[in-house]
Amino acid sequence: MEITTPQTFVLQPEALKTYREHLTCSFPQLDDVFADCMTEAAALLSPKGIDDYLAGASRVCMIGRGFEPVLTYLENMPRVARQVGAEALPLISQAVWKMSRTPNGCAIPGFLQTIAEATRRLGSLEQLQRYVDLMFDMMERTTRSIPGFHDTIPSPGMPGLLEQIPFLLSQLSLEGLRNWINYGIHNHGDHPEQQRDFFQLQSADSRAVLQRERHGVLFADHERKLDLYLWAMWLEQGEEKPDLVPYSESFDESRKPQPYFDKLGIRVPDIYDDLNGVSGLDRYRALLAHIAGHRRWSGPVIADNFSPFQRIAIELFEDCRIDTLVMRRYPGLRRILLSLHPTPTGEACDPEAESCIRHRLAILSRAVLDPDYDYGDPDIREFAERFQNLLVEGESETKDMVGLATSFVARTRRQSDQLPNVRYTDTVVDYRDDNRSLWVFTEIGSEEASFDLNEKQVQEADSPEFGLPPRHYHEWDYTTQSIRPDWVSLYESLHPGASPALVDKLLARNTALAARLKQILDMLKPQWLVRVRYQEDGSELDLDVAIRSLIDFRAGHIPDPRINMSHRSDGRDIAVSLLIDLSQSVADVPAGCQQTVLELSQEAVALLGWAIDKLGDEFAIAGFSSNTRHEVRYQHIKGFAEKWDDNVKARLGALEAGYSTRMGAALRHAGHYLDARRAEKKLLLVLTDGEPSDIDVDDECLLIEDTRKAVQELDRDGIYTHCISLDRRADEYVSDIFGQHYTVIDNIERLPEKLPQLFMSLTK
Amino acid sequence: MDSEHYKIESEPFYAPQGNEIDLYTAAYASRLPMMVKGPTGCGKSRFIEHMAWKLGKPLITVACNEDITASDLVGRYLLDAGGTRWLDGPLTVAARIGAICYLDEIVEARQDTMVVIHPLTDHRRTLPLDKKGERVEAHPDFQLVISYNPGYQSLMKDLKQSTKQRFVALDFDYAGAGLEADILVKETGIDKAVAGKLVQVGMTARKLKGHGLDEGISTRLLVYAASLIKGGVAVRDACRMALVRPVTDDADIRSTLDHAIDAVFEV
Repeated sequence: MEITTPQTFVLQPEALKTYREHLTCSFPQLDDVFADCMTEAAALLSPKGIDDYLAGASRVCMIGRGFEPVLTYLENMPRVARQVGAEALPLISQAVWKMSRTPNGCAIPGFLQTIAEATRRLGSLEQLQRYVDLMFDMMERTTRSIPGFHDTIPSPGMPGLLEQIPFLLSQLSLEGLRNWINYGIHNHGDHPEQQRDFFQLQSADSRAVLQRERHGVLFADHERKLDLYLWAMWLEQGEEKPDLVPYSESFDESRKPQPYFDKLGIRVPDIYDDLNGVSGLDRYRALLAHIAGHRRWSGPVIADNFSPFQRIAIELFEDCRIDTLVMRRYPGLRRILLSLHPTPTGEACDPEAESCIRHRLAILSRAVLDPDYDYGDPDIREFAERFQNLLVEGESETKDMVGLATSFVARTRRQSDQLPNVRYTDTVVDYRDDNRSLWVFTEIGSEEASFDLNEKQVQEADSPEFGLPPRHYHEWDYTTQSIRPDWVSLYESLHPGASPALVDKLLARNTALAARLKQILDMLKPQWLVRVRYQEDGSELDLDVAIRSLIDFRAGHIPDPRINMSHRSDGRDIAVSLLIDLSQSVADVPAGCQQTVLELSQEAVALLGWAIDKLGDEFAIAGFSSNTRHEVRYQHIKGFAEKWDDNVKARLGALEAGYSTRMGAALRHAGHYLDARRAEKKLLLVLTDGEPSDIDVDDECLLIEDTRKAVQELDRDGIYTHCISLDRRADEYVSDIFGQHYTVIDNIERLPEKLPQLFMSLTK
Repeated sequence: MDSEHYKIESEPFYAPQGNEIDLYTAAYASRLPMMVKGPTGCGKSRFIEHMAWKLGKPLITVACNEDITASDLVGRYLLDAGGTRWLDGPLTVAARIGAICYLDEIVEARQDTMVVIHPLTDHRRTLPLDKKGERVEAHPDFQLVISYNPGYQSLMKDLKQSTKQRFVALDFDYAGAGLEADILVKETGIDKAVAGKLVQVGMTARKLKGHGLDEGISTRLLVYAASLIKGGVAVRDACRMALVRPVTDDADIRSTLDHAIDAVFEV
């Protein structure tokens, strides 16, 4: 809300003196600003309001936090009170007073600074009260005291939170803000550093939860619809669809990004609220329609020949032409486009005080698009007519718009267009892009710079630290029954390889076992037959049907002649992914064994790999380990597309153990690859020696529950998960996670024999 | 056998897209087996009906499905009071009376079924009836026509080369925008402008083929929509009912097509 102080209002010196006496505060700086503040207050507040205002200011003065809080209070509160009522005055001053009695006194200036913005966003006293309560709740729950000390520790997250409040409120409803804060306290309450990062929006999960709580229509939810929209309504058959790339408006407040398109794709906001009765989805469609129109109908213009004003005008005329053509093609879009188009009033812009160039153009734009629009200016009328005439016959051209725009600028130019104070109100057409693709620059480009960049990228790619960026996975928190989004960072890499000789040696040692396996394999390999019934001609008689036909025959009905059956072979169509636990514990030698678990696993996996290769099923192997949620390692040993060759054997031979077992994220990642396979049956085998655990998790049930959730998610996606546990105590937890889909191998030495057998019995 | 029974009495409406009528007439003159290919609802069957009418020949149509066996086409013995009786199948009837036998969606039939048409479709022009021990010589006017939609069938249901290479083929597609609108006007008597817009909606949906739609909106569906509108149903409802709901269960596609209808019709 725009509130301007009436210039005519002058406060009498006597009145000012009385007011000053009511304000108990002795900071010398106060005298410099008091008159200004009181002038504004007296203009905006009732006499009762002024009393409250001064009493409040006195209270803020008494808390002993210097002059800054007092100044913030004096400057902001009249407008706050004006907007939501004078009750806000005691509310805020009491809140400040209360806060000063806690260890969080240092947060008071920050808190006071958020009030003006919060009031503007929230808009009612009730909401403001809730906001204040929310802040106190957050503060109390994150303030800690250590038993035995008298000292208490102020809330670590509070200052950061207060800094982010204006942004947060622009993104979230108060409800969403509360959820976001609760999430932060719940998950990071015990960890001051993490808490600080969370509330400053520095951590990935913080942003992810924010995303989840945001309002409006998320691009991510409707991407396919928009792709379909482009295909169906704007692209020609066979034309390649430009990529849609979302950007966030939320992290760049000062320079609001605008949609645009270039050869890399169409950049669209990641979220759209409903606007003027147009749904977010329709706003996306309007934007895409406009951009598709540019792609179809706009030609390039050389930018160097035009002044900035001319360029703005050319862009606007071209936009209008595109919109006209869009509406001509799809008349139903008229309602959406016009609802999103501002309706500037002719007199709103004062040409003496501000630059009206954008305003004038917006009027013109509305005038040519909306026949019912009422505007007075004869110049605009004339140009609107000239524009319409150009488009009466056909589609016209960008070139025509250039001519029209330059003469429009020449005709309507005013001295005040040069003023720095440009009127933006009611001139922004929501669905239009920034028209960068309209312009061609003949200036020498910066090839040199881009060359440097390329070289740098090459170097980076060569350096050993180069790896894939992390993938974030969610984790299930059973205590709150909610998902922690983007909680785990998973880094995938190719497992380093050594010599394939080791695996060949392992295989050679198991020749007897391999021979036995081969027998089973040969039995599996002839593909089973499926009976096809109701055949007129077939390989054998189907007795059931034959008897029924005979009965029909005897009864005088027409018998079904299809009394034979035949057989048809059915192929195996299975994709298998084997996930090996590579945590530190597998390096132990179990009691009664000669080899470590890892060596036994290697042997077993070598045999299994050999067997599956013989069977010809799709097959991948990966190892996983974790070092806190920030580093889950997922190492590829064999990909689906790779053959069972020396490279794979070399990687398998080089397996190393280390760190912990955060199984959920690894399962989800393996599931993500399996999901992309086309096989009919998908099997995920997990070979592990213990329960899921990690060093940053105290509650041992948490990761078990999360893994269980991951298994459920996989099951939902049609992936069958089976666990092979080498932990003799596994019965206690493994069925909680995998249901009935597990095998505990007590005698670990027999693993090499059991694993391939198990696989075959699973897939028979 | 009464061949008049299979004659088409009144002219079925058909708007030619090119010179297919001449081509078909020429093929018929040499009694060449004919294959018509094209997406569903683009006018294949209507074309054959039209040609049968134009040439004044009887037409026997068999809609094929996967339960059709060879004996369903050539005929079988039936039991009756005194013993058994042979009943000719539609293919045999057509061969005897000199009709045009039209096997619609031939690939839906089982592979072994198709082989029975082979001797009819080369120089022999005979149909051996194994069970009856008879060899039917095809009537000089007999012609075999099959239709085939290469779009949606799976690999498993493709025609064998040995079958394909017995036919001459005509490719059909949806008519061009202007012609298609004329067809709607002719078929239903709807206003020309509305017909044009219906066709525009149809075009948008056809572009989604392969992006979640197996087949675009056919001319047949457009005709349905047009007759609903002609019958007084609101444009928006008619389009949703006739054009969108039948072709997709996919929520995203439905929403996109609904939007396209709103955008085209300005409702």
